[in-house]
Amino acid sequence: MVLSSADKSNVKGVFAKIGGHAEEYGAETLERMFATYPQTKTYFPHFDLGKGSAQVKGHGKKVAAALVEAANHVDDIAGALSKLSDLHAQKLRVDPVNFKLLGQCFLAVVASHNPALLTPEVHASLDKFLCAVGTVLTAKYR
Amino acid sequence: MTLTQAEKAAVVTIWAKVATQADAIGAESLERLFSSYPQTKTYFPHFDLSQGSAQLRGHGSKVMNAVGEAVKHVDDIRGALAKLSELHAYVLRVDPVNFKLLSHCILCSVAARYPSDFTPEVHAAWDKFLSSVSSVLTEKYR
Repeated sequence: MVLSSADKSNVKGVFAKIGGHAEEYGAETLERMFATYPQTKTYFPHFDLGKGSAQVKGHGKKVAAALVEAANHVDDIAGALSKLSDLHAQKLRVDPVNFKLLGQCFLAVVASHNPALLTPEVHASLDKFLCAVGTVLTAKYR
Repeated sequence: MTLTQAEKAAVVTIWAKVATQADAIGAESLERLFSSYPQTKTYFPHFDLSQGSAQLRGHGSKVMNAVGEAVKHVDDIRGALAKLSELHAYVLRVDPVNFKLLSHCILCSVAARYPSDFTPEVHAAWDKFLSSVSSVLTEKYR
């Protein structure tokens, strides 16, 4: 699955529009994911997952920053996220199915805050992008 | 996800054995697929899916021929299966989840017939290989 130029430009457009809200979106994405897919909480036994948790906010910032990095290097996501890919392969070992769940939640957050932004085409591009990120982060698992 | 040299070698080695019974293994894999995962029958309304059916055997051969092609060109699976990839993207549109199911059934058939050859390493290599094939066949969907 390759991102077309239209996909890349749509993705950059989305992140330009999101701008400084990325961190907030990251936190909300995690909140939604933990609520909708409670099995994902298994990776955070050391976190306070209650509403407004500072740890979730902090982690949301990290996740958002990685997505922004990938969007800024959309021509070489594998390069941009290479260290994160190693981290997931060697340490975190988050089951690959969860990347889809996180991606869905991120999409839901973007859509809920920017209803007009997510046209079918932009939606598809963003979804493809999030899939590509997931693929990169699980590429070194084996 | 890339195959290491050792993995490619393992795939080629086991294929040498599998190739001698390719048609039977192909038909059996499909049989396993349709009985364990009846929803997969949806793609074959035009087939007689009963045991030993000529259509099942014919289709099993096609599938295994493609796998064989991929083994032969294990360094360039994408190139070897380019046409098949387009067929799946534009005509067949088999839902991506089904590739995992078929791969699993092929694995089971191979394991059942070559128990001593199917070591954990060979299992892993073969699974990675079938995963690669599946990725190639679904990469042009969007």
